[in-house]
Amino acid sequence: MQRSLRKYAWLFLLPTLIAFVIAFLVPFVMGVGLSFTEFTTVTDAKFVGISNYIKAFAANSDFLNAFRFTAKFTVVSVLSVNLLAFILALLLTKGLRGTNFFRTAFFMPNLIGGIVLGYIWQLIINGILAARGVDLTYSAQYGFWGLVVLMNWQMIGYMMIIYVAGLQNIPHELHEVAAIDGASGWQTLKNITLPLVMPSVTICTFLTLSNSFKMFDQNYALTAGAPGKQTQMMALDIYNTFYGSIGQEGVGQAKAVVFFILVALLALLQMRLTRRKEADV
Amino acid sequence: MRISKRVTNTLLVILLAALTALFILPIIIVLMNSFKGQFYISAEPFKLPSPDTFVGLENYISGIQKIGFFSALGYSLFITVFSVLTILLFTSMASWYLARVRTRTTKIIYYVLIFSMIVPFQMVMFTMSKIANVLHLENPIGIILIYLGFGAGLSVFMFYGFIRSIPLAIEEAAEIDGCTPPQRFFYVILPILKPISITVAVLNAMWVWNDYLLPLLVIGSKYRTIPVAVQYLQGGYGSRDMGALMAMLVLAIIPIVLFYALMQKHIIRGVVAGAVKG
Repeated sequence: MQRSLRKYAWLFLLPTLIAFVIAFLVPFVMGVGLSFTEFTTVTDAKFVGISNYIKAFAANSDFLNAFRFTAKFTVVSVLSVNLLAFILALLLTKGLRGTNFFRTAFFMPNLIGGIVLGYIWQLIINGILAARGVDLTYSAQYGFWGLVVLMNWQMIGYMMIIYVAGLQNIPHELHEVAAIDGASGWQTLKNITLPLVMPSVTICTFLTLSNSFKMFDQNYALTAGAPGKQTQMMALDIYNTFYGSIGQEGVGQAKAVVFFILVALLALLQMRLTRRKEADV
Repeated sequence: MRISKRVTNTLLVILLAALTALFILPIIIVLMNSFKGQFYISAEPFKLPSPDTFVGLENYISGIQKIGFFSALGYSLFITVFSVLTILLFTSMASWYLARVRTRTTKIIYYVLIFSMIVPFQMVMFTMSKIANVLHLENPIGIILIYLGFGAGLSVFMFYGFIRSIPLAIEEAAEIDGCTPPQRFFYVILPILKPISITVAVLNAMWVWNDYLLPLLVIGSKYRTIPVAVQYLQGGYGSRDMGALMAMLVLAIIPIVLFYALMQKHIIRGVVAGAVKG
Protein backbone atom coordinates (compact mmCIF):
# COMPACT_ATOMS: atom_id res chain seq x y z
CA MET A 1 0.00 0.00 0.00
CA GLN A 2 2.86 2.33 0.81
CA ARG A 3 4.35 1.78 -2.63
CA SER A 4 1.28 2.91 -4.54
CA LEU A 5 0.99 5.95 -2.29
CA ARG A 6 4.62 7.00 -2.67
CA LYS A 7 4.08 7.77 -6.32
CA TYR A 8 1.76 10.54 -5.19
CA ALA A 9 4.17 12.29 -2.80
CA TRP A 10 4.17 15.38 -5.01
CA LEU A 11 0.39 15.69 -4.78
CA PHE A 12 -0.01 15.11 -1.06
CA LEU A 13 3.12 16.65 0.38
CA LEU A 14 4.27 19.33 -2.01
CA PRO A 15 1.69 22.12 -1.43
CA THR A 16 2.19 22.11 2.34
CA LEU A 17 5.96 21.72 2.06
CA ILE A 18 6.39 24.57 -0.41
CA ALA A 19 4.39 26.92 1.82
CA PHE A 20 6.24 25.71 4.90
CA VAL A 21 9.66 26.22 3.32
CA ILE A 22 8.78 29.73 2.13
CA ALA A 23 6.94 30.93 5.22
CA PHE A 24 8.95 29.21 7.92
CA LEU A 25 12.00 27.14 7.12
CA VAL A 26 13.97 29.56 4.96
CA PRO A 27 13.11 32.59 7.16
CA PHE A 28 14.12 30.62 10.25
CA VAL A 29 17.50 29.52 8.89
CA MET A 30 18.16 32.99 7.48
CA GLY A 31 17.16 34.50 10.80
CA VAL A 32 19.71 32.45 12.70
CA GLY A 33 22.40 33.35 10.17
CA LEU A 34 21.56 37.06 10.07
CA SER A 35 21.82 37.35 13.85
CA PHE A 36 25.59 37.16 13.36
CA THR A 37 25.65 39.94 10.78
CA GLU A 38 24.95 43.61 10.31
CA PHE A 39 22.26 44.25 7.70
CA THR A 40 19.43 46.48 6.64
CA THR A 41 17.97 44.64 3.65
CA VAL A 42 19.08 41.01 4.08
CA THR A 43 21.24 41.16 0.92
CA ASP A 44 23.83 43.55 2.38
CA ALA A 45 24.69 41.38 5.40
CA LYS A 46 28.23 41.69 6.82
CA PHE A 47 29.51 39.12 9.28
CA VAL A 48 30.14 40.62 12.71
CA GLY A 49 30.44 37.57 14.96
CA ILE A 50 28.54 37.72 18.22
CA SER A 51 28.61 41.51 18.58
CA ASN A 52 24.82 41.70 18.12
CA TYR A 53 24.35 39.40 21.08
CA ILE A 54 26.77 41.44 23.16
CA LYS A 55 24.82 44.60 22.31
CA ALA A 56 21.51 42.93 23.15
CA PHE A 57 22.79 42.00 26.61
CA ALA A 58 24.59 45.25 27.37
CA ALA A 59 24.14 46.23 31.01
CA ASN A 60 20.76 47.80 31.66
CA SER A 61 19.76 47.28 28.05
CA ASP A 62 16.12 47.52 26.96
CA PHE A 63 16.21 43.81 26.31
CA LEU A 64 17.19 42.90 29.86
CA ASN A 65 14.59 45.28 31.26
CA ALA A 66 12.00 43.75 28.96
CA PHE A 67 13.04 40.30 30.13
CA ARG A 68 12.62 41.25 33.78
CA PHE A 69 9.25 42.84 33.12
CA THR A 70 8.09 39.85 31.07
CA ALA A 71 9.23 37.36 33.71
CA LYS A 72 7.45 39.27 36.49
CA PHE A 73 4.31 39.60 34.42
CA THR A 74 4.37 35.92 33.48
CA VAL A 75 4.67 34.70 37.07
CA VAL A 76 1.84 36.93 38.32
CA SER A 77 -0.46 36.07 35.39
CA VAL A 78 0.13 32.33 35.53
CA LEU A 79 -0.68 32.23 39.25
CA SER A 80 -3.69 34.54 39.15
CA VAL A 81 -5.26 33.14 35.97
CA ASN A 82 -4.96 29.53 37.09
CA LEU A 83 -6.14 30.12 40.64
CA LEU A 84 -9.21 32.08 39.55
CA ALA A 85 -9.99 29.74 36.65
CA PHE A 86 -9.78 26.73 38.94
CA ILE A 87 -12.14 28.27 41.51
CA LEU A 88 -14.60 29.16 38.75
CA ALA A 89 -14.37 25.63 37.37
CA LEU A 90 -15.15 24.19 40.82
CA LEU A 91 -18.22 26.44 41.08
CA LEU A 92 -19.34 25.56 37.57
CA THR A 93 -19.22 21.78 38.08
CA LYS A 94 -21.59 21.81 41.04
CA GLY A 95 -24.67 21.50 38.83
CA LEU A 96 -25.88 24.99 39.73
CA ARG A 97 -28.62 26.67 37.77
CA GLY A 98 -27.40 28.69 34.76
CA THR A 99 -24.05 26.88 34.60
CA ASN A 100 -24.04 26.75 30.82
CA PHE A 101 -24.78 30.43 30.47
CA PHE A 102 -22.00 31.36 32.90
CA ARG A 103 -19.48 29.20 31.08
CA THR A 104 -20.40 30.76 27.76
CA ALA A 105 -20.03 34.27 29.13
CA PHE A 106 -16.70 33.68 30.88
CA PHE A 107 -15.18 32.16 27.76
CA MET A 108 -16.24 34.97 25.42
CA PRO A 109 -13.32 37.43 25.93
CA ASN A 110 -10.92 34.74 24.79
CA LEU A 111 -12.22 35.03 21.25
CA ILE A 112 -11.48 38.74 20.96
CA GLY A 113 -8.15 39.68 19.41
CA GLY A 114 -5.32 41.24 21.41
CA ILE A 115 -5.41 44.66 19.75
CA VAL A 116 -9.13 45.12 20.44
CA LEU A 117 -8.71 43.82 24.01
CA GLY A 118 -5.92 46.30 24.58
CA TYR A 119 -8.05 49.29 23.62
CA ILE A 120 -11.08 48.10 25.59
CA TRP A 121 -8.97 47.97 28.75
CA GLN A 122 -7.18 51.18 27.98
CA LEU A 123 -10.55 52.94 28.13
CA ILE A 124 -11.58 51.22 31.38
CA ILE A 125 -8.28 51.63 33.23
CA ASN A 126 -7.75 55.22 32.13
CA GLY A 127 -11.33 55.90 33.23
CA ILE A 128 -10.60 54.55 36.70
CA LEU A 129 -7.25 56.35 36.95
CA ALA A 130 -8.89 59.62 35.85
CA ALA A 131 -10.25 59.89 39.41
CA ARG A 132 -6.64 60.40 40.54
CA GLY A 133 -5.93 62.73 37.64
CA VAL A 134 -3.46 60.35 35.96
CA ASP A 135 -3.48 57.74 33.21
CA LEU A 136 -1.71 54.53 32.19
CA THR A 137 1.39 56.34 31.00
CA TYR A 138 1.98 57.83 34.46
CA SER A 139 3.63 54.85 36.12
CA ALA A 140 4.90 51.43 35.07
CA GLN A 141 2.95 49.95 37.98
CA TYR A 142 -0.34 50.92 36.32
CA GLY A 143 0.74 49.36 33.04
CA PHE A 144 1.88 46.19 34.77
CA TRP A 145 -1.34 45.62 36.67
CA GLY A 146 -3.37 46.71 33.66
CA LEU A 147 -1.74 43.95 31.63
CA VAL A 148 -2.35 41.45 34.42
CA VAL A 149 -6.05 42.36 34.59
CA LEU A 150 -6.33 42.16 30.81
CA MET A 151 -4.62 38.77 30.72
CA ASN A 152 -6.92 37.46 33.43
CA TRP A 153 -9.97 38.70 31.57
CA GLN A 154 -8.80 37.01 28.40
CA MET A 155 -7.51 33.71 29.76
CA ILE A 156 -9.66 32.82 32.78
CA GLY A 157 -12.56 31.56 30.69
CA TYR A 158 -10.30 29.47 28.47
CA MET A 159 -8.48 27.83 31.39
CA MET A 160 -11.77 27.37 33.23
CA ILE A 161 -13.09 25.29 30.30
CA ILE A 162 -10.05 23.01 30.46
CA TYR A 163 -10.36 22.63 34.23
CA VAL A 164 -14.07 21.87 33.87
CA ALA A 165 -13.24 19.08 31.39
CA GLY A 166 -10.67 17.72 33.84
CA LEU A 167 -13.04 17.89 36.80
CA GLN A 168 -15.81 16.15 34.90
CA ASN A 169 -13.47 13.22 34.23
CA ILE A 170 -13.19 12.42 37.93
CA PRO A 171 -15.40 9.43 38.72
CA HIS A 172 -18.34 10.51 40.84
CA GLU A 173 -17.97 7.54 43.20
CA LEU A 174 -14.69 8.88 44.57
CA HIS A 175 -16.44 11.92 46.01
CA GLU A 176 -19.23 9.76 47.42
CA VAL A 177 -16.77 7.43 49.10
CA ALA A 178 -14.93 10.39 50.56
CA ALA A 179 -18.20 11.81 51.89
CA ILE A 180 -19.11 8.48 53.50
CA ASP A 181 -15.68 8.34 55.13
CA GLY A 182 -16.44 11.74 56.60
CA ALA A 183 -13.88 13.76 54.64
CA SER A 184 -14.37 17.52 54.82
CA GLY A 185 -14.73 19.59 51.67
CA TRP A 186 -11.16 20.79 51.99
CA GLN A 187 -9.80 17.27 52.49
CA THR A 188 -11.67 16.02 49.44
CA LEU A 189 -10.30 18.90 47.37
CA LYS A 190 -6.74 18.37 48.54
CA ASN A 191 -6.59 14.58 48.47
CA ILE A 192 -8.92 13.62 45.64
CA THR A 193 -9.78 16.47 43.30
CA LEU A 194 -6.39 18.16 43.02
CA PRO A 195 -4.27 15.05 42.38
CA LEU A 196 -6.72 13.89 39.73
CA VAL A 197 -6.77 17.18 37.82
CA MET A 198 -2.98 17.54 37.82
CA PRO A 199 -2.81 16.82 34.06
CA SER A 200 -5.14 19.80 33.49
CA VAL A 201 -3.04 21.92 35.83
CA THR A 202 0.07 21.15 33.79
CA ILE A 203 -1.67 21.96 30.51
CA CYS A 204 -3.13 25.22 31.80
CA THR A 205 0.08 26.31 33.48
CA PHE A 206 2.07 25.99 30.29
CA LEU A 207 -0.63 27.50 28.11
CA THR A 208 -0.78 30.63 30.27
CA LEU A 209 2.99 30.58 30.60
CA SER A 210 3.67 30.60 26.88
CA ASN A 211 0.82 33.02 26.13
CA SER A 212 2.04 35.48 28.76
CA PHE A 213 5.67 35.15 27.81
CA LYS A 214 5.05 35.71 24.09
CA MET A 215 2.44 38.43 24.50
CA PHE A 216 2.62 41.22 21.92
CA ASP A 217 -0.70 42.61 20.67
CA GLN A 218 -2.16 43.39 24.10
CA ASN A 219 1.06 45.04 25.23
CA TYR A 220 1.29 47.06 22.03
CA ALA A 221 -2.28 48.35 22.25
CA LEU A 222 -2.59 48.89 26.01
CA THR A 223 0.65 50.66 26.91
CA ALA A 224 2.98 50.44 23.89
CA GLY A 225 5.72 50.33 26.53
CA ALA A 226 4.79 53.62 28.21
CA PRO A 227 6.00 55.29 30.33
CA GLY A 228 9.20 55.33 28.29
CA LYS A 229 9.98 51.69 27.63
CA GLN A 230 9.20 50.56 31.16
CA THR A 231 6.25 48.32 30.32
CA GLN A 232 7.79 46.90 27.17
CA MET A 233 7.73 43.11 27.01
CA MET A 234 10.25 41.03 25.07
CA ALA A 235 8.21 40.60 21.90
CA LEU A 236 7.53 44.33 21.74
CA ASP A 237 11.18 45.16 22.40
CA ILE A 238 12.21 42.94 19.47
CA TYR A 239 9.61 44.58 17.25
CA ASN A 240 10.80 48.06 18.19
CA THR A 241 14.43 47.11 17.64
CA PHE A 242 13.57 46.02 14.09
CA TYR A 243 11.08 48.67 13.09
CA GLY A 244 11.40 51.49 15.60
CA SER A 245 15.11 52.25 15.29
CA ILE A 246 17.60 52.57 12.47
CA GLY A 247 20.44 50.16 11.72
CA GLN A 248 19.54 47.79 14.57
CA GLU A 249 18.19 44.89 12.49
CA GLY A 250 21.09 42.60 13.42
CA VAL A 251 20.56 43.28 17.12
CA GLY A 252 16.83 42.70 16.69
CA GLN A 253 17.48 39.34 15.07
CA ALA A 254 19.91 38.35 17.82
CA LYS A 255 17.27 39.24 20.42
CA ALA A 256 14.76 37.16 18.47
CA VAL A 257 17.08 34.14 18.56
CA VAL A 258 17.49 34.47 22.33
CA PHE A 259 13.72 34.84 22.68
CA PHE A 260 13.20 31.72 20.60
CA ILE A 261 15.64 29.73 22.74
CA LEU A 262 13.82 30.77 25.93
CA VAL A 263 10.43 29.79 24.49
CA ALA A 264 11.85 26.48 23.24
CA LEU A 265 13.28 25.70 26.68
CA LEU A 266 9.87 26.25 28.24
CA ALA A 267 8.30 23.94 25.65
CA LEU A 268 10.91 21.23 26.30
CA LEU A 269 10.33 21.49 30.03
CA GLN A 270 6.61 21.07 29.46
CA MET A 271 7.16 18.01 27.26
CA ARG A 272 9.32 16.34 29.89
CA LEU A 273 6.83 17.04 32.66
CA THR A 274 3.87 15.77 30.63
CA ARG A 275 5.73 12.63 29.60
CA ARG A 276 6.60 11.80 33.18
CA LYS A 277 3.01 12.33 34.33
CA GLU A 278 1.75 10.01 31.64
CA ALA A 279 4.24 7.33 32.64
CA ASP A 280 3.02 7.51 36.24
CA VAL A 281 -0.60 6.86 35.39
CA MET B 1 -28.92 20.56 56.02
CA ARG B 2 -30.92 20.51 52.83
CA ILE B 3 -32.21 24.04 53.34
CA SER B 4 -28.77 25.43 54.12
CA LYS B 5 -27.43 23.80 50.97
CA ARG B 6 -30.15 25.42 48.91
CA VAL B 7 -29.33 28.79 50.43
CA THR B 8 -25.62 28.44 49.65
CA ASN B 9 -26.43 27.35 46.11
CA THR B 10 -28.65 30.36 45.57
CA LEU B 11 -25.95 32.61 46.96
CA LEU B 12 -23.40 31.01 44.63
CA VAL B 13 -25.64 31.55 41.62
CA ILE B 14 -26.03 35.20 42.61
CA LEU B 15 -22.26 35.50 43.00
CA LEU B 16 -21.69 33.93 39.58
CA ALA B 17 -24.27 36.19 38.00
CA ALA B 18 -22.51 39.21 39.49
CA LEU B 19 -19.15 37.95 38.19
CA THR B 20 -20.63 37.39 34.75
CA ALA B 21 -21.94 40.94 34.73
CA LEU B 22 -18.45 42.13 35.69
CA PHE B 23 -16.99 40.09 32.83
CA ILE B 24 -19.36 41.54 30.25
CA LEU B 25 -19.17 45.06 31.64
CA PRO B 26 -16.06 46.24 29.74
CA ILE B 27 -17.79 45.49 26.45
CA ILE B 28 -20.97 47.24 27.57
CA ILE B 29 -18.95 50.30 28.55
CA VAL B 30 -17.31 50.43 25.13
CA LEU B 31 -20.72 50.06 23.49
CA MET B 32 -22.11 52.88 25.64
CA ASN B 33 -19.22 55.20 24.82
CA SER B 34 -19.53 54.54 21.11
CA PHE B 35 -22.65 56.71 21.16
CA LYS B 36 -21.01 59.63 22.96
CA GLY B 37 -19.24 62.61 21.43
CA GLN B 38 -15.49 61.97 21.21
CA PHE B 39 -14.55 64.62 23.78
CA TYR B 40 -16.86 63.17 26.43
CA ILE B 41 -15.32 59.71 26.39
CA SER B 42 -11.93 59.94 28.08
CA ALA B 43 -13.17 62.33 30.75
CA GLU B 44 -16.21 60.36 31.88
CA PRO B 45 -16.14 56.87 30.40
CA PHE B 46 -18.52 55.39 32.97
CA LYS B 47 -21.38 57.83 32.46
CA LEU B 48 -24.31 56.92 30.29
CA PRO B 49 -24.81 59.09 27.21
CA SER B 50 -26.93 62.14 28.08
CA PRO B 51 -28.79 64.43 25.67
CA ASP B 52 -25.67 66.65 25.73
CA THR B 53 -23.21 63.91 24.91
CA PHE B 54 -25.28 61.58 22.71
CA VAL B 55 -24.26 61.75 19.04
CA GLY B 56 -26.20 58.84 17.53
CA LEU B 57 -24.29 56.98 14.86
CA GLU B 58 -21.83 59.78 14.15
CA ASN B 59 -18.84 57.83 15.54
CA TYR B 60 -19.74 54.82 13.46
CA ILE B 61 -19.97 56.84 10.27
CA SER B 62 -16.70 58.68 10.82
CA GLY B 63 -14.89 55.54 11.98
CA ILE B 64 -16.06 53.51 9.01
CA GLN B 65 -14.80 56.21 6.66
CA LYS B 66 -11.50 56.78 8.44
CA ILE B 67 -10.32 53.18 8.47
CA GLY B 68 -12.31 51.84 5.53
CA PHE B 69 -14.08 49.40 7.80
CA PHE B 70 -16.00 47.52 5.15
CA SER B 71 -12.98 46.82 3.00
CA ALA B 72 -11.15 45.69 6.15
CA LEU B 73 -14.07 43.38 6.95
CA GLY B 74 -13.90 42.06 3.39
CA TYR B 75 -10.16 41.38 3.56
CA SER B 76 -10.47 39.77 6.99
CA LEU B 77 -13.28 37.50 5.82
CA PHE B 78 -11.56 36.60 2.56
CA ILE B 79 -8.20 35.85 4.14
CA THR B 80 -9.66 33.91 7.07
CA VAL B 81 -12.06 31.76 5.03
CA PHE B 82 -9.61 30.87 2.28
CA SER B 83 -6.63 30.38 4.60
CA VAL B 84 -8.65 27.97 6.73
CA LEU B 85 -9.93 26.04 3.69
CA THR B 86 -6.44 25.85 2.20
CA ILE B 87 -4.94 24.72 5.50
CA LEU B 88 -7.64 22.06 5.95
CA LEU B 89 -7.21 20.58 2.49
CA PHE B 90 -3.44 20.57 2.15
CA THR B 91 -2.40 19.76 5.70
CA SER B 92 -4.86 16.85 5.93
CA MET B 93 -3.41 15.48 2.68
CA ALA B 94 0.15 15.91 3.92
CA SER B 95 -0.71 14.37 7.29
CA TRP B 96 -2.18 11.30 5.66
CA TYR B 97 0.92 10.81 3.55
CA LEU B 98 3.22 11.33 6.53
CA ALA B 99 1.20 8.94 8.69
CA ARG B 100 1.01 6.17 6.10
CA VAL B 101 4.42 6.32 4.41
CA ARG B 102 6.85 5.77 7.25
CA THR B 103 10.38 6.40 6.03
CA ARG B 104 13.24 8.36 7.53
CA THR B 105 12.41 11.32 5.27
CA THR B 106 8.77 11.50 6.30
CA LYS B 107 9.75 11.27 9.96
CA ILE B 108 12.18 14.17 9.57
CA ILE B 109 9.55 16.22 7.76
CA TYR B 110 7.05 15.51 10.54
CA TYR B 111 9.44 16.55 13.30
CA VAL B 112 10.50 19.74 11.51
CA LEU B 113 6.81 20.66 11.14
CA ILE B 114 6.20 20.00 14.84
CA PHE B 115 9.29 22.02 15.69
CA SER B 116 7.82 25.09 13.96
CA MET B 117 5.03 25.13 16.57
CA ILE B 118 7.35 26.28 19.32
CA VAL B 119 9.08 29.03 17.34
CA PRO B 120 7.76 32.48 18.25
CA PHE B 121 6.73 34.72 15.37
CA GLN B 122 9.34 37.37 16.23
CA MET B 123 12.05 34.89 15.28
CA VAL B 124 11.03 34.83 11.63
CA MET B 125 8.98 37.99 11.13
CA PHE B 126 11.66 40.13 9.52
CA THR B 127 13.09 37.55 7.12
CA MET B 128 9.65 36.14 6.32
CA SER B 129 8.22 39.52 5.35
CA LYS B 130 11.26 40.21 3.17
CA ILE B 131 10.84 36.87 1.40
CA ALA B 132 7.11 37.46 0.96
CA ASN B 133 8.03 40.76 -0.66
CA VAL B 134 10.55 39.27 -3.05
CA LEU B 135 8.09 36.54 -4.08
CA HIS B 136 5.26 39.08 -4.54
CA LEU B 137 3.11 37.49 -1.90
CA GLU B 138 2.14 40.88 -0.44
CA ASN B 139 -1.53 40.59 -1.41
CA PRO B 140 -4.63 38.89 0.06
CA ILE B 141 -4.02 35.76 -2.02
CA GLY B 142 -0.29 35.49 -1.40
CA ILE B 143 -0.78 35.77 2.34
CA ILE B 144 -2.85 32.58 2.23
CA LEU B 145 0.30 30.69 1.26
CA ILE B 146 2.08 32.22 4.26
CA TYR B 147 -0.75 31.14 6.55
CA LEU B 148 -0.59 27.62 5.12
CA GLY B 149 3.12 27.51 5.93
CA PHE B 150 2.66 28.87 9.45
CA GLY B 151 -0.46 26.89 10.23
CA ALA B 152 1.05 23.63 9.00
CA GLY B 153 2.73 22.68 12.29
CA LEU B 154 -0.30 22.59 14.56
CA SER B 155 -2.67 21.34 11.86
CA VAL B 156 -0.44 18.45 10.76
CA PHE B 157 0.13 17.56 14.41
CA MET B 158 -3.62 17.28 15.02
CA PHE B 159 -4.52 15.49 11.77
CA TYR B 160 -1.57 13.12 12.09
CA GLY B 161 -2.56 11.98 15.57
CA PHE B 162 -6.13 11.39 14.43
CA ILE B 163 -5.16 9.51 11.25
CA ARG B 164 -2.86 7.18 13.20
CA SER B 165 -5.94 5.99 15.10
CA ILE B 166 -7.84 5.06 11.91
CA PRO B 167 -7.46 1.30 11.27
CA LEU B 168 -5.47 0.48 8.15
CA ALA B 169 -7.96 -2.26 7.22
CA ILE B 170 -10.41 0.33 5.90
CA GLU B 171 -7.87 1.62 3.41
CA GLU B 172 -6.69 -1.85 2.48
CA ALA B 173 -10.26 -2.82 1.62
CA ALA B 174 -10.55 0.28 -0.56
CA GLU B 175 -7.28 -0.58 -2.29
CA ILE B 176 -8.45 -4.11 -3.04
CA ASP B 177 -11.57 -2.59 -4.54
CA GLY B 178 -9.29 -0.76 -6.95
CA CYS B 179 -9.12 2.74 -5.43
CA THR B 180 -6.08 4.82 -6.38
CA PRO B 181 -4.41 6.73 -3.52
CA PRO B 182 -6.20 10.01 -4.31
CA GLN B 183 -9.51 8.17 -4.39
CA ARG B 184 -8.67 6.49 -1.11
CA PHE B 185 -7.97 9.81 0.48
CA PHE B 186 -10.92 11.79 -0.86
CA TYR B 187 -13.60 9.10 -0.68
CA VAL B 188 -12.53 7.07 2.34
CA ILE B 189 -10.29 9.12 4.65
CA LEU B 190 -11.58 12.66 4.23
CA PRO B 191 -15.12 11.87 5.47
CA ILE B 192 -13.67 10.19 8.57
CA LEU B 193 -11.64 13.32 9.31
CA LYS B 194 -14.72 15.51 9.81
CA PRO B 195 -14.59 15.90 13.62
CA ILE B 196 -10.88 16.72 13.72
CA SER B 197 -11.31 19.04 10.72
CA ILE B 198 -13.79 21.14 12.69
CA THR B 199 -11.29 21.44 15.53
CA VAL B 200 -8.47 22.40 13.19
CA ALA B 201 -10.74 24.89 11.40
CA VAL B 202 -11.82 26.58 14.64
CA LEU B 203 -8.28 26.93 15.95
CA ASN B 204 -6.96 28.34 12.68
CA ALA B 205 -9.93 30.65 12.14
CA MET B 206 -9.48 32.23 15.59
CA TRP B 207 -5.79 32.70 14.96
CA VAL B 208 -6.02 34.16 11.44
CA TRP B 209 -8.99 36.42 12.19
CA ASN B 210 -7.32 38.05 15.21
CA ASP B 211 -3.78 38.04 13.87
CA TYR B 212 -2.19 41.47 13.83
CA LEU B 213 1.54 41.43 13.22
CA LEU B 214 1.69 39.02 10.28
CA PRO B 215 -0.87 40.83 8.08
CA LEU B 216 0.61 44.18 9.12
CA LEU B 217 4.10 43.21 8.00
CA VAL B 218 3.13 41.27 4.87
CA ILE B 219 0.23 43.25 3.37
CA GLY B 220 -0.35 46.09 5.85
CA SER B 221 0.77 48.92 3.58
CA LYS B 222 -1.91 48.19 0.99
CA TYR B 223 -4.54 45.95 2.58
CA ARG B 224 -5.74 46.38 6.12
CA THR B 225 -7.49 43.57 7.97
CA ILE B 226 -9.71 44.50 10.95
CA PRO B 227 -7.02 44.37 13.70
CA VAL B 228 -4.63 46.36 11.50
CA ALA B 229 -7.37 48.89 10.70
CA VAL B 230 -8.25 49.35 14.39
CA GLN B 231 -4.61 49.96 15.24
CA TYR B 232 -4.30 52.34 12.28
CA LEU B 233 -6.95 54.57 13.84
CA GLN B 234 -4.66 54.92 16.81
CA GLY B 235 -1.42 55.66 15.04
CA GLY B 236 -2.40 57.51 11.90
CA TYR B 237 -3.64 60.74 13.43
CA GLY B 238 -2.15 63.44 15.60
CA SER B 239 -4.99 63.44 18.10
CA ARG B 240 -6.93 60.25 18.09
CA ASP B 241 -10.67 60.15 17.67
CA MET B 242 -11.91 58.28 20.75
CA GLY B 243 -15.46 58.17 19.39
CA ALA B 244 -14.44 56.47 16.18
CA LEU B 245 -12.20 54.11 18.15
CA MET B 246 -15.09 53.02 20.39
CA ALA B 247 -17.39 52.49 17.40
CA MET B 248 -14.77 50.44 15.56
CA LEU B 249 -14.10 48.28 18.64
CA VAL B 250 -17.82 47.50 18.72
CA LEU B 251 -17.86 46.65 15.01
CA ALA B 252 -14.76 44.48 15.45
CA ILE B 253 -16.43 42.51 18.25
CA ILE B 254 -19.79 41.93 16.51
CA PRO B 255 -18.56 39.32 13.97
CA ILE B 256 -16.85 37.41 16.80
CA VAL B 257 -19.99 37.38 18.92
CA LEU B 258 -22.05 36.17 15.96
CA PHE B 259 -19.53 33.44 15.15
CA TYR B 260 -19.51 32.39 18.79
CA ALA B 261 -23.30 32.31 18.99
CA LEU B 262 -23.52 30.09 15.90
CA MET B 263 -20.62 27.75 16.60
CA GLN B 264 -20.40 27.77 20.39
CA LYS B 265 -20.21 24.01 20.92
CA HIS B 266 -17.64 23.47 18.19
CA ILE B 267 -15.52 26.37 19.39
CA ILE B 268 -15.36 25.20 22.98
CA ARG B 269 -14.76 21.59 22.00
CA GLY B 270 -12.10 22.62 19.47
CA VAL B 271 -10.30 24.86 21.91
CA VAL B 272 -10.20 22.15 24.57
CA ALA B 273 -8.94 19.55 22.09
CA GLY B 274 -6.33 21.99 20.81
CA ALA B 275 -5.13 22.79 24.32
CA VAL B 276 -4.90 19.19 25.41
CA LYS B 277 -2.98 18.13 22.33
CA GLY B 278 -0.94 21.27 21.72
